[in-house]
Amino acid sequence: MNSIVAIIIDGLVYSSWLFIVAVGLTLIYGVMKILNIAHGSFYAIGAYTAASLTGSWLALGYDQSTAFLIMLFSAVLVGFTLGPIIERGILKYMYQRDEIVLVLVTYALFLMLEDIIKLIWGVNPYFLYQPYGLLGSFEIVELTYPNYNLLLIGCAITIGCFLTWFLQKTRHGKILLAVIHDREIASTQGINVDRVYFLTFTLGTVLAALGGVLTAPMISVQPGIGAETIVMAFAVVVVGGLGSLPGAALAAILIGLVRSGAVHLFPDLDLFSIYLVMATVLIFKPKGLFSAQEERQI
Amino acid sequence: MKSFKIKIALVTIILCCFSKAFADDDAIKIGFISYLSGPASSDYGLPAKHAAEAIIKSINAGNAPTPYSMKGFSGTQIELIFLDEAGGSTKQVTEFTQLVMRHKVDFVIGYLSSTNCLAVAPVAEKLKILTILLDCGTARIFEENDFKYVFRTRSHSTMDVIAAAKYFLTDHPEIKNFSGINPNYAYGRESWRDWNAVMSILAPQAEKQSSQMPKLHAGLYGSEISSLARKKSDVIYSSLWGGDLKAFLMQASPRELFKETKLILVAGEPNLQNLAGFIPDGTIVTSRGMTSGMMENDSKLNRWLIEIFQEKSGGLATYPVYSTANAILGLKKAYEKARLTKLQKAVPMADVAGVQDGMKQAYLPPNTKQIIAAFEGLDFETPNGRVEMALGKGHQAIHGTSYGTTRTKDGKVYTENVKFFPAKEVQPPKNIKSLDWILNGFQLTK
Amino acid sequence: MPDKTLTFTSIAALTLVISGGVLPQWAIFLVTVSLCYGTVVLGMILLARTGLVSFGHGLYYCLGAYSAGTSKLFWGISDLIFMLLTAIILTATISFALGFLLRKYRSIFFAMLSLAFSMILYGLLSKSSYLGSTDGFNVTTQTIFGYDFLDSGYARYIIFLITTFTAWLCCFLMHLYLKSNKGRLADAVKDNELRVEYLGASAAKIIHTNYVISAVLAGLGGALMAISIGHIDPEMSYWTTSGEFVFITIMAGTSSVLAPFFGSMLFTTVRSFAYEYSPDTWQLLLGTTMLIIIIFLPDGLWSLFTRKKKHRSV
Repeated sequence: MNSIVAIIIDGLVYSSWLFIVAVGLTLIYGVMKILNIAHGSFYAIGAYTAASLTGSWLALGYDQSTAFLIMLFSAVLVGFTLGPIIERGILKYMYQRDEIVLVLVTYALFLMLEDIIKLIWGVNPYFLYQPYGLLGSFEIVELTYPNYNLLLIGCAITIGCFLTWFLQKTRHGKILLAVIHDREIASTQGINVDRVYFLTFTLGTVLAALGGVLTAPMISVQPGIGAETIVMAFAVVVVGGLGSLPGAALAAILIGLVRSGAVHLFPDLDLFSIYLVMATVLIFKPKGLFSAQEERQI
Repeated sequence: MKSFKIKIALVTIILCCFSKAFADDDAIKIGFISYLSGPASSDYGLPAKHAAEAIIKSINAGNAPTPYSMKGFSGTQIELIFLDEAGGSTKQVTEFTQLVMRHKVDFVIGYLSSTNCLAVAPVAEKLKILTILLDCGTARIFEENDFKYVFRTRSHSTMDVIAAAKYFLTDHPEIKNFSGINPNYAYGRESWRDWNAVMSILAPQAEKQSSQMPKLHAGLYGSEISSLARKKSDVIYSSLWGGDLKAFLMQASPRELFKETKLILVAGEPNLQNLAGFIPDGTIVTSRGMTSGMMENDSKLNRWLIEIFQEKSGGLATYPVYSTANAILGLKKAYEKARLTKLQKAVPMADVAGVQDGMKQAYLPPNTKQIIAAFEGLDFETPNGRVEMALGKGHQAIHGTSYGTTRTKDGKVYTENVKFFPAKEVQPPKNIKSLDWILNGFQLTK
Repeated sequence: MPDKTLTFTSIAALTLVISGGVLPQWAIFLVTVSLCYGTVVLGMILLARTGLVSFGHGLYYCLGAYSAGTSKLFWGISDLIFMLLTAIILTATISFALGFLLRKYRSIFFAMLSLAFSMILYGLLSKSSYLGSTDGFNVTTQTIFGYDFLDSGYARYIIFLITTFTAWLCCFLMHLYLKSNKGRLADAVKDNELRVEYLGASAAKIIHTNYVISAVLAGLGGALMAISIGHIDPEMSYWTTSGEFVFITIMAGTSSVLAPFFGSMLFTTVRSFAYEYSPDTWQLLLGTTMLIIIIFLPDGLWSLFTRKKKHRSV
């Protein structure tokens, strides 16, 4: 019984993390049909910015609880600088190109950003450990969990709810949905698709950076963290059905629980649990859990 | 017109690549390969590169302490060519051949990953180029092969495991159970296998509980920590390294995993100073030799290394820095020994007519074969203590190691209770595979 | 229009064989490696023409390499030709089986399901200590047709010859296939599957056939790579390896069977170049080159050679 509780809690924490990391990717794919590999770099840059900014902020002697504000600020800062630069500077000229070519463009960006990160921050690790212990911890089934884990779950739910509300209830969101559904028809209705792309990419970048920012307190921020995360995010997005928000949420929960189950019960399977889930889901639901019906081309 | 220009540009690029890149001169060229990008760059690859630069600079200027005080290698200046180790073995083999055949380097030093070592070694053999493997934990290289041109100036990782067990069992002979968390790739799996083997001999009563194998660079270890915490084993054995280790400790410490459980880290040393605040007091760590972070090792060589590395990078000399020193100093010693042997053998007065010719011959630099002959079975002083090329027909080094227990004071990690294990106690003798040696109860035969 | 490609392919292969006698060793090695990559990418081009991009072709590349590498272990034979044959048989069998599943998938889902399969292979190989886990193991090729060539001093040149010959043969056959009725259907499937079905051909079968062909080519490339590099490890099945193939495919362009070889030669050279001249920032250099090629040469490098044709169509 205890182990089931542990599996569920660990699974949910991991799921929340997966969702936070993947949600930007699925949003960008949904609207722009770009499988953005540079997402991994945005994540890493978010983590780096948070670690260095918050580190120097706390070194000035401010109260530790203000760290969270600086972290949030880092995500927004990264999103609003990198997003526009890359979208306006490069991607804008590529929209008429093939989906796969766009993947390669973002792959090239990913390679470039990996080295740019190294040029800016060097290779020495950065640490942002304060927030992880700051919130205290709780105990359940004889296991101690830092409350930061609850914060992760809370953030995942907040982001999910916010995006759902944004897409369903606001005017901008409805425009976005229209573009997701059919770009051409949307533009004939007078929607400025160009602008929608710009906003979506910026929002996606903020979310990617936020993923990195929220992960920073739990890891050592150093080269290579982006590359490892992007595959996870891909898996979530594909399993969930590309571009689907509820799909990503469900996929994150599924993968999180399966992985946590594997770790507790069959530790050796952990290595490919995520790919087994991916293959199994795709075999039975070829387009992921939630996928839009595509009309046949005649 | 545009396409014509692009064509020209492409042709130029190709021509540039195929043209001879480096001017020929008399300097000895050494290719140096370590991780310059990716997860292993920050704790291992770059310190190694910085160390190589610092050491070569000091050696070229003749500033190293005795017995390495001669300028360069026997007076010849040394030039380094750096390459990135990231990107997989296929690419490493390609780049290795390019380095050797195109740039005509005289020696190659490098490779931290066992995969790359295994891949590159046979190629070095074919190309007949003296190659010194910097690190690579696996014992397989010289236990499964006979290499003539390949040397390793670091002991293999079996030593870490055996010494860890011996150190731990001295204070805790009554150990009832243990768990492990090791990265899921060759090194982690091998290390965990060896640990189980050692425990089955030295503490047969101890029961294996949880065996966690997270993916390399997994980042989050929440489930693993819960699973380990529920077992409450006496000790957790871990070969996690670099960012993985730091992340694991950052996540595990607030969860009080180490309240009743001891922790053994066999690859913890390069991070020790970064770990202040997360590493629980009483953690058992190895230095894999005698490194500055841990051991009181006040030799002249050690002070020299710490000083020049500090000057170059501003950091504390850690394990990869010492690995680099071992490789370069070993090569220097072998080179100079070979040259000396050659000079001694030359008897210029024997044949009066050939005197000038004989002298000329004798003063030519030694060739690879002569250096290899000098290198085999060599033993030499390093900042790391004495290194002896004892195994693998004189190609694989053995050296002692030390273990200690950590204590964090004022934001700095100190090690106490440091115990030194001489090479013979923790390294198999010749002609037996390390795993067989362990399973035979550290005897040659049963 | 007379078919110049075949003549040109043969001339190129012949030139390579002859120049192999003169070229320095390192160049021969670089060309051998490029030809191995090229063989894999040749298969990717067939898929790309069918409208599919696989992010998991590392699966067959790795399988080919491992079947060649383990032939000594399992069969006790280390003959080059035998190694190539086992690679062909293994990859053909597995791709035939997986093809039944994968032929139902298109676009990004095809890419991702193949990726999942190749990563599962990666996981399996990493777990098997018997095959050296992630460290892999070394491959020695002792004989060719029973002739012991390893210590003859011409080993590298013989491997180079075999690779060139295989690449030429694959090129030749692929070109004939693409010109055949069945081969032409690939483009048709890409353009409009439904119409292909109306015309009485089965899109699924075409995709399946092309998938198997491309898998065998990837297997051959992997086996040749294992033989010329002399080491194999599970990384060959990792998604970044497959990503490299996709990149060369797109960079080279899909219009000609020679494009992949040209593309991979340029790719290996540029990468080697970037590695040596800026070991600290080679990723930046490689990424920038990729971006420039994608932006300025939308139809791939090969479009440089087919400029005239394009003008006509405009």
